[in-house]
Amino acid sequence: MNESLGYLLCGLALGAMVSGCDRPPPPATTEAAPAATAPVAVAPARFAPPAESDIPENEFGEAVLLGKNIFVNTQQYAKDFVGNGMNCANCHLDNGRKADSAPLWAAYVLYPAYRQKTGQIDTIQSRIQGCFLYSMNGKPPALDSKEMTALVTYHYWLAKGAPTGVKMTGQGYLKVAKPAQKPDVARGRAIYENNCAICHGANGEGIKARGGYAFPPLWGKDSFNWGAGMHRVDTAAGFIQANMPYGLGGTLSDQEAWDVALFMNSHERPQDPRFSGSVAQTRDQHHDENCLYGRTPEELAAALEKQAEAATAAEKIKPAAEQLEGISPAVSH
Amino acid sequence: MRSTTRLILMGTMVMAASIAAAAPPAIVTQGKGAAIACASCHGVDGAGNAQAGFPVLAQLPPAHFAKQIADFKAGTRVNPIMTPIAMAMSAEDIESSARHYAGQARPKAGAAPADPAVIARGKQLAINGAWDRDVPPCFKCHAVDGLGIEPAFPPIAGQHAAYTVSQLQAWKTGARTNDPQTLMKTVAEKLTDDEIHAVADYLATIGTPGEGK
Ligand code: HEC
Ligand code: HEC
Ligand code: HEC
Ligand code: HEC
Repeated sequence: MNESLGYLLCGLALGAMVSGCDRPPPPATTEAAPAATAPVAVAPARFAPPAESDIPENEFGEAVLLGKNIFVNTQQYAKDFVGNGMNCANCHLDNGRKADSAPLWAAYVLYPAYRQKTGQIDTIQSRIQGCFLYSMNGKPPALDSKEMTALVTYHYWLAKGAPTGVKMTGQGYLKVAKPAQKPDVARGRAIYENNCAICHGANGEGIKARGGYAFPPLWGKDSFNWGAGMHRVDTAAGFIQANMPYGLGGTLSDQEAWDVALFMNSHERPQDPRFSGSVAQTRDQHHDENCLYGRTPEELAAALEKQAEAATAAEKIKPAAEQLEGISPAVSH
Repeated sequence: MRSTTRLILMGTMVMAASIAAAAPPAIVTQGKGAAIACASCHGVDGAGNAQAGFPVLAQLPPAHFAKQIADFKAGTRVNPIMTPIAMAMSAEDIESSARHYAGQARPKAGAAPADPAVIARGKQLAINGAWDRDVPPCFKCHAVDGLGIEPAFPPIAGQHAAYTVSQLQAWKTGARTNDPQTLMKTVAEKLTDDEIHAVADYLATIGTPGEGK
């Protein structure tokens, strides 16, 4: 693992507003971008990845299938690289196909791409390694490992026919508008009890069946760690709004999604692997105000207010910033 | 009702042969007033009856079992046969019959031979769903083998197809409204009638754990 810098989440603060974890692309990035950079066209219709039954019956198909198996059942097929109870598909639904669930077909065509906050080029491999290190609380497979090759092959195959360098509809997770009221842990708890506990358990511990987690844990030792993208309240709210409760995606209001995301991420989980021995120091180095790492919900709410004001001000100067060619869509790791 | 008699006999034999456990409670074998003996329709072993659409009760988690009886009583689940039976059951009847059926081995469903293409379609729905229409896979909520996830998600594998069809239709039409958070209604109302039959046929072919997958 030589490019550890590439994993730096919420890396360098670039200014009061464009701190490391802020959502992309911040206005500052737009200004800093070379004049020649053109906005990337957004593909209109919903992309349809190839059907599973179309996996070719040859050596290439075998690699696709292994990649799929690793993605869906990481616990079994890549267990040496996993340190919690999760599978990749737990957060990238429908085996990495579902729009608004960071689908792999949309990801594959956006990399390599430059990430301002780390000063590095993100690649599809570095994104996959990031998810192993943080979301799976494990250790990333080497670039030339059989696991990495199979995963990249699966990503590639799902993107068959997708336009390279185009940000497609459904890419990444939803961006949920800042809620009218400050996100609130107590309201989030009530939402959790009524909408989530039936599957994820009274204490977010998930439910096991037939040896593994049937419903994955949302916090605690078997869940994603404090460096994972999902630990950010804004990212979690976007995932939850579009995808949860399972089968009922899109039914929670923006406010409810923020409240329950805040509640979920106010619990303990495995330490950030970049932990330096001091929470405050690790926070200052790697975490911005969009998470509860070493921060109180009140501090997060106050930061949200500030961001909203700044965003409104920025909007007056510039209309909605668009995805820029060659700029990484990554929000974290 | 010859087949019913046979079921009872079979059930009794299975009981006698395999389990030296306590005798089945009287509510199951004899009934009590309007609560007709459960065994006459569901069997002592809980195998149910495919043609009549009497569901398999074997290995239902007691919490799900008790919830269904309570829902029949409350009217969020309605059935002309079961509602009056449920109404006549006491708390103790529910507890003892639930415990009895939870302890029975899940029988291998006597699946009627169906078109392999239909079975394949049903299997696809059960395992992968149809996310292009926001239909999640059955097996995400009912476990990878369809045998349920306690306490809230009942087993659906090895169930008689006619019964599974009737329940999915009941949710689709709004006749059954007892599912938590409308989790099942949301699934059922997106399925076509053909899909309902296909998935029900598939589920009936996978009886015991590890069977037919
Ligand atoms: C009907 C069951 C069900 C309900 C209800 C439900 N979830 Fe989930 N949730 C799942 C399943 C299943 C997955 C994994 C999806 C997969 O593997 O395809 C999941 C995944 C997740 C994940 C990502 C994986 C992880 O463990 O971090 C989060 C976050 C999450 N759910 C949050 C919620 C929240 C918040 C609610 C309530 C608003 C909720 N869920 C309600 C079943 C459910
Ligand atoms: C706990 C939830 C979770 C799990 C488990 C998870 N991921 Fe991710 N993944 C995310 C989040 C959140 C992001 C978006 C990060 C960001 O940009 O802020 C992401 C982003 C990605 C991306 C880039 C998507 C894009 O459009 O830019 C890829 C590729 C990816 N993950 C692959 C994987 C693989 C492979 C695994 C299993 C080894 C995995 N993920 C496991 C949550 C998860
Ligand atoms: C005359 C036939 C008959 C008798 C006797 C009978 N049942 Fe039923 N039972 C049914 C039918 C039909 C259904 C399906 C109802 C529906 O379609 O909603 C059913 C459904 C059930 C269910 C719901 C199963 C599920 O998985 O949701 C339970 C529990 C149940 N019966 C318990 C009992 C008990 C306990 C007794 C004895 C006290 C009993 N039944 C007696 C016909 C019968
Ligand atoms: C989002 C989760 C979820 C999904 C997906 C799901 N179910 Fe269910 N299902 C449930 C819950 C919860 C119940 C229990 C309802 C109750 O309490 O009565 C249930 C009950 C059932 C029952 C009734 C069992 C009985 O005997 O009472 C059948 C049949 C059923 N589901 C079939 C299916 C099929 C077929 C699919 C796929 C097409 C499916 N389910 C997908 C959550 C789900």
